[in-house]
Amino acid sequence: MMKDLLLSIPYVDLLPEWVVLTAANVILIVLIVLPVILHVAYLTFAERKIIGWMQIRVGPNRVGPRGWLQPIADVVKLLLKEIVIPSNANKFLFLIAPMLALVPALVAWAVIPFTDTWQLTNIDASLLFVLALTSIGVYGIIIAGWASNSKYALLGALRSAAQMVAYEIAMGFALVGVLMAANSLNLNEIVTRQSGGLFDWYIWPLLPLFFVYFISGVAETNRAPFDIAEGESEIVAGFHVEYSGITFGLFFLAEYANMILISTLTVLLFLGGWLPPFDHPVLNLVPGFAWLWIKVAFFLFCYLWLRATFPRYRYDQIMRLGWKVLIPVTLVWIGVVGVAQQTKWGYLFH
Amino acid sequence: MSISHFIKSFTLFELWKGLSVTLRHMFHRKITVQYPEEHTPMSPRFRGLHAQRRYPNGEERCIACKLCEAVCPAMAITIESEQREDGTRRTTRYDIDMTKCIFCGFCEQACPVDAIVETHIFEYHGEQRGDLLYTKEMLLAVGDKYEKEIAAARAADAKYR
Repeated sequence: MMKDLLLSIPYVDLLPEWVVLTAANVILIVLIVLPVILHVAYLTFAERKIIGWMQIRVGPNRVGPRGWLQPIADVVKLLLKEIVIPSNANKFLFLIAPMLALVPALVAWAVIPFTDTWQLTNIDASLLFVLALTSIGVYGIIIAGWASNSKYALLGALRSAAQMVAYEIAMGFALVGVLMAANSLNLNEIVTRQSGGLFDWYIWPLLPLFFVYFISGVAETNRAPFDIAEGESEIVAGFHVEYSGITFGLFFLAEYANMILISTLTVLLFLGGWLPPFDHPVLNLVPGFAWLWIKVAFFLFCYLWLRATFPRYRYDQIMRLGWKVLIPVTLVWIGVVGVAQQTKWGYLFH
Repeated sequence: MSISHFIKSFTLFELWKGLSVTLRHMFHRKITVQYPEEHTPMSPRFRGLHAQRRYPNGEERCIACKLCEAVCPAMAITIESEQREDGTRRTTRYDIDMTKCIFCGFCEQACPVDAIVETHIFEYHGEQRGDLLYTKEMLLAVGDKYEKEIAAARAADAKYR
């Protein structure tokens, strides 16, 4: 689509094809990554505002009208700060770790369908691709913790790794339920299977899996109440104690980009992605992207809501919840779906 | 594990309860005081920046009894004194190191002539090391400038003393 648009500009068709193709893809990538980063910036603002409101405060309101320029000021501040590298740190790994954390969080957006046509690439097993990339993100955290050469950072990284392993399994099993219902690993296909309206979304037949998926998503992004990886009261700031300036900013960016990614995936897998809640001509006029945005915004609000409400889990409680509650729940429900699909109740899970 | 506990934990009953509390508070009226524009009410007993007062005829009150210096728990006060020509004892040096001072108000309580007082002023700063070492002249200047407010605060609190 973008390629045809470029070719319609005069003289562009004289260029070799690979140049045009590369240019088209770069434009598309910028069109996806820039809004993601902007959303991250304003998600931090929304977080401070909403948590403030829940604590009967007003939140930041000094920079710009009603505080709307606050994230810009934060970014400028982080960019201008010195990057302190601890003298005994492994310099190469120390600097590569924030990039390793951020890049997977952004690359995963390549296969996310924003509407039935707006998508960078539509690969067959896009869900598998997303799962693989979100798992790579933990390497950034582990390497950061190890390269900092600090006891707090190392402890934070170990906690984070253990937590990721525990919750990745619950998350994967929750997705198995979706795969069984949709019969496909393609995100586009999974969403189109849910078309028809509110009651055709997978959230209803797969309700336990939906909750497990979102809870493990919160744990996977190291967000409160599962943020033991940076538990301030015990290990200062966890894996990013030694990071300052924009290296810290990249970890921050990665965390929030992952939050948006997990929310988007929840919407795509369980809430019909870009589909309107009712198959009504008026609702169909609203662009699919707007529906997706509204649903994702709700889940991002839930992230902030959870953070404002719940105290941090203790380490052993997190492990217990992951291994002894969430995984059995998903296994049971996968069994239910499997049995139902082999009997006359199969229509409930399609 | 009883059945009711089982149901409660799997329906996330208590979590929903907590979430509803925070959601309700989100729509409450906010109680933030927008500080530089708005202030919280201040007691006449507020203990801020120190001042040295004078009598209405212009004579400084301090008689260099050094009770404040003795009582000061942070040892922030330094006093030197000598006899003036008219035979009264006066301070030649009266320093308060505001970086040491803990604003406990003991000096104010110890003073037999109400010379050293703590005012309602709290918005002051020093830009260099040494700016917060208040000398006798500076303290007297503060007293002269804010005498009206200081006297009013003392009058408001007098019946409780």
